[in-house]
Amino acid sequence: MALLSPIKDHHSERRLFVRRVIASAVVAILLLGVVIARLVQLQIVHHELFAEKAQGNRVRIEPVAPIRGLIFDRKGRVIAENLPAYQLELVPEQVSDIDDTLNRLADLDLIAREDIPRFKELSRSGPRFRPVTLKVRLTEEEIANFAIQRPRFPGVDFKPRLVRHYPDGKAVAHAVGYVGALNSDDLLRLDPARYAGTSHTGKTGIESSYESDLHGAAGYRHLITNARGRQIPFDSAKLLDSLPMDEKPAPGSNVYLSIDLDLQLLATRLMENRRGAVVALDPRNGEILALVSAPSFDPNLFAVGMSTAQYAELEGSPDVPLFNRAVRGRYPPGSTIKPMLALAALETGATNLTRKTFCIGYFMLPNSTHRYRDWKPEGHGPVDLHDAIEQSCDVYFYEISQEIGIDSMHDYLVRFGLGNQTGIDIGGEQAGVVPSREWKRDNFRNRDDQRWYHGETVIASIGQGFMLATPLQLAAAAGALATRGEHFRPHLVAAVEDALSGERTLVTPEQLASVEISSSFYWDNIISAMHDVMQGPRGTARAVGFNAPYTMAGKSGTAQVVSIAQDEEYDEEEIEERQRDHALFISFAPLDEPRIAVAVIVENGRSGSTVAAPVAKAIMDQYLGYGDNVVR
Amino acid sequence: MSFADSKGLLAAKPAPLSRFAGLMRRMHIDGPLLGGLILISCFGLFILYSAVGESNRLLMNQAVRLGLAFVAMLVAAQLPPDFLRRWTPWGYLAGLVLLALVLVAGDVGQGARRWLDLGIRFQPSEAMKLGVPMMAAWYLHDRQLPPRFGQLLTIALMIAVPTVLIARQPDLGTALLIAASGVIVVILAGMSFRLIVGMGLLAVPGALALWSIMKDYQKQRVLTLLDPDSDPLGAGYNIIQSKIAIGSGGLFGKGWTNGSQAHLEFLPERDTDFIFAVLGEEFGLLGVLTLLVLYMFVIGRGLYIAVQAQDAYSRLLAGSISLTFLVYVFVNTAMVTGLIPVVGVPLPLVSFGGTSMVTLMAGFGILMSIHSHRKLLPH
Repeated sequence: MALLSPIKDHHSERRLFVRRVIASAVVAILLLGVVIARLVQLQIVHHELFAEKAQGNRVRIEPVAPIRGLIFDRKGRVIAENLPAYQLELVPEQVSDIDDTLNRLADLDLIAREDIPRFKELSRSGPRFRPVTLKVRLTEEEIANFAIQRPRFPGVDFKPRLVRHYPDGKAVAHAVGYVGALNSDDLLRLDPARYAGTSHTGKTGIESSYESDLHGAAGYRHLITNARGRQIPFDSAKLLDSLPMDEKPAPGSNVYLSIDLDLQLLATRLMENRRGAVVALDPRNGEILALVSAPSFDPNLFAVGMSTAQYAELEGSPDVPLFNRAVRGRYPPGSTIKPMLALAALETGATNLTRKTFCIGYFMLPNSTHRYRDWKPEGHGPVDLHDAIEQSCDVYFYEISQEIGIDSMHDYLVRFGLGNQTGIDIGGEQAGVVPSREWKRDNFRNRDDQRWYHGETVIASIGQGFMLATPLQLAAAAGALATRGEHFRPHLVAAVEDALSGERTLVTPEQLASVEISSSFYWDNIISAMHDVMQGPRGTARAVGFNAPYTMAGKSGTAQVVSIAQDEEYDEEEIEERQRDHALFISFAPLDEPRIAVAVIVENGRSGSTVAAPVAKAIMDQYLGYGDNVVR
Repeated sequence: MSFADSKGLLAAKPAPLSRFAGLMRRMHIDGPLLGGLILISCFGLFILYSAVGESNRLLMNQAVRLGLAFVAMLVAAQLPPDFLRRWTPWGYLAGLVLLALVLVAGDVGQGARRWLDLGIRFQPSEAMKLGVPMMAAWYLHDRQLPPRFGQLLTIALMIAVPTVLIARQPDLGTALLIAASGVIVVILAGMSFRLIVGMGLLAVPGALALWSIMKDYQKQRVLTLLDPDSDPLGAGYNIIQSKIAIGSGGLFGKGWTNGSQAHLEFLPERDTDFIFAVLGEEFGLLGVLTLLVLYMFVIGRGLYIAVQAQDAYSRLLAGSISLTFLVYVFVNTAMVTGLIPVVGVPLPLVSFGGTSMVTLMAGFGILMSIHSHRKLLPH
């Protein structure tokens, strides 16, 4: 092979090789020069840009939820607070065998066995360093049990968080409302910047209507994170050089209610095992002193989160504990409207203070044989207006109703606040109904139904028929009677306090249009008649009021739930419990300078004067300082 | 050194300073080359310690591999060039057989079939990194240079067969590097510039042909290079994060183990292919230049040895080994700085991983052998 090749010229070969090596060296220097130029471009020319990008890479902004404002009663007692609760968490990346760990937790009864597949799915879906919440609230016993077992459960631990807590939850549930976990509707409604990091929001009551004050504003914390978003502990402080300043969250404002927790607890106790509502307010300014709807529920269940079964039980109960009867319940007001109608009758000249009627136990319209029965079948005999209120004579009011007319009745009752929302500072309020000719035209389709019949005026005069009022409206009306026509918008919040400065902003009472009655003499007479209801010789509720150490006025009411056919004997025993009459009562005290007005409704309680009136009396006793009730 | 060498050889008795130099000579070790390699290795370990998250275990792991690689260098240095030359064709043929075996019976890892398990697991493609330039040099060593066109075609075939076999594994990065090491031999042998330019022009349709046989992920890498921001979380992520790491290092760097890009895991493959970005982030431009100067010293010493070599086989092989080393350095740094597409080429002597380092150091051992086995000639 070598023989076939021409003779090798070693010198020229070597010269050629050296030339090629020099050329290669030049190329090498050029190539590395390109790389160096690129490095200068990246590290010197664009250094600022890349330094900023590196900073942006590692610093993540995490929202910090503000602490929710507290809610106090009028005497500064806590109604809603934030308590640390412990929740059980599992960090997937720290658990070697998820199945085994979950099974052993189920053995300890810390989680339900049927939830295991769900937790497995959760621990697979998110980033492996993000904790999965296994149980929201651990009892102290569970914490103690788990603490002993903890070494056997690497990656599982309990973590504290703040949970809304209502110490007297059941008593205040309908007034204060509750917070619940944010849902998708809330997220659409609320400002995402303020709610970043927040998990719960007010759902009902004051918690909802004062949400913007109670919530506060989110703050921000800067975290160093790695490429997968995992937070790097602060001990790698060398990476912390130029972290931006954090912004502290602005805590929510504290809210002071006009509610008196003692009254609230007392009313709750009095309404135990009953359905109904109690509303007490200060007639001088509209401050609500107590607002109770029975039966109630534990709002802490919503704050902590409850099982589907627990919610189904609340939602499905025939007693509808979640329903706020005090502001949403619509009841026939019954005889409680009689004092207001009496004023209307005097003012319109439909009657006077001396006119007497002989009550024979029923009333018939001219050209009609239909008997409108009095609650007292044998009749009250001769009664004037004062007697008619004191003894609650229906026939007297049947008679004068024809002279007042339904439209005047409507006008006066509306001035007392019936038929319209009172505008209380919690949501969901119902307006009730005060019928009139116009109302009937507007609310019925059928032409015959749109006509107003005289008989409808007759039953409207004792608060039956179409007429419906909420307990809150009746309490406000009682307040307007107490102040001789002065009327304030009922409200629950007395003051809002800045959590940082402690500065309080008082809520100014809002005075509404007064009920104008031409003669104060009329007021004197009607209030005196209401006084005799409680403390007169023949008052319907004298059994309740006669021995009170202070003066009080009241009016009972009994509202039919089912209409009773003509001449049918009224046999209470045979009527189903839920079809019995509702018992109503309105009252205020003391007479010369009224400080409290109360409305009580006991569903199917049969008698306003014997069932509802004692509740009102006990509340007034307590508030006016004569209570011998040990509340707590 | 060469002066000292010749003086030492000419003198009847050893020079006074030279018990150490004598030992080096007996061991066939080239001092400057060894010094450069040791400096690069130490600097590399230093960077690697930070890149592997300050893990002593991984650092020791790499140090042991480096030790093995230096042993491979020592062994290679003892083999005289004549011996290497005689065995070159047989070694080359054995390499081809092993490459073919890989395609039939190799172990699969990460979607590629690169490993062969014959008692010990190894990559035959690594051996071919030396086998191809040796074969090209063997073919040319007793022929009149510059080579004629027909001879070039023969060499092209010698290069193409292993290149295609390796590309089929698929391992395009290694295939191209091996092809480059063969082409370098031909260029150093004096292939005419007209042909080189002509081949360069042919590279255009060649590149198109290459594009058509490239796998999707390889095409993606090329496209990503052209516009990394088009896919910032996908294929472009590596390049973007690597540029951020290097750029944010600035002139002086963030300090050893203080690189946020590397330590917060933004930088992918930070201990292997992208370790150059860790260096750039933590030691800045100054650190990067230091390493490049060390590389240039080693390459320069290699080319000097090539020029001093006494026969065509030695000088072509020495030149190819030195310039291939340059190609490794250039491809890796250009890739990490976003100048060329991402091809899986480690930064020599610095990236974590052992196999390629052993081959590399064996190559430097051959350089030392070539230099220390010279015979004295009149000039």
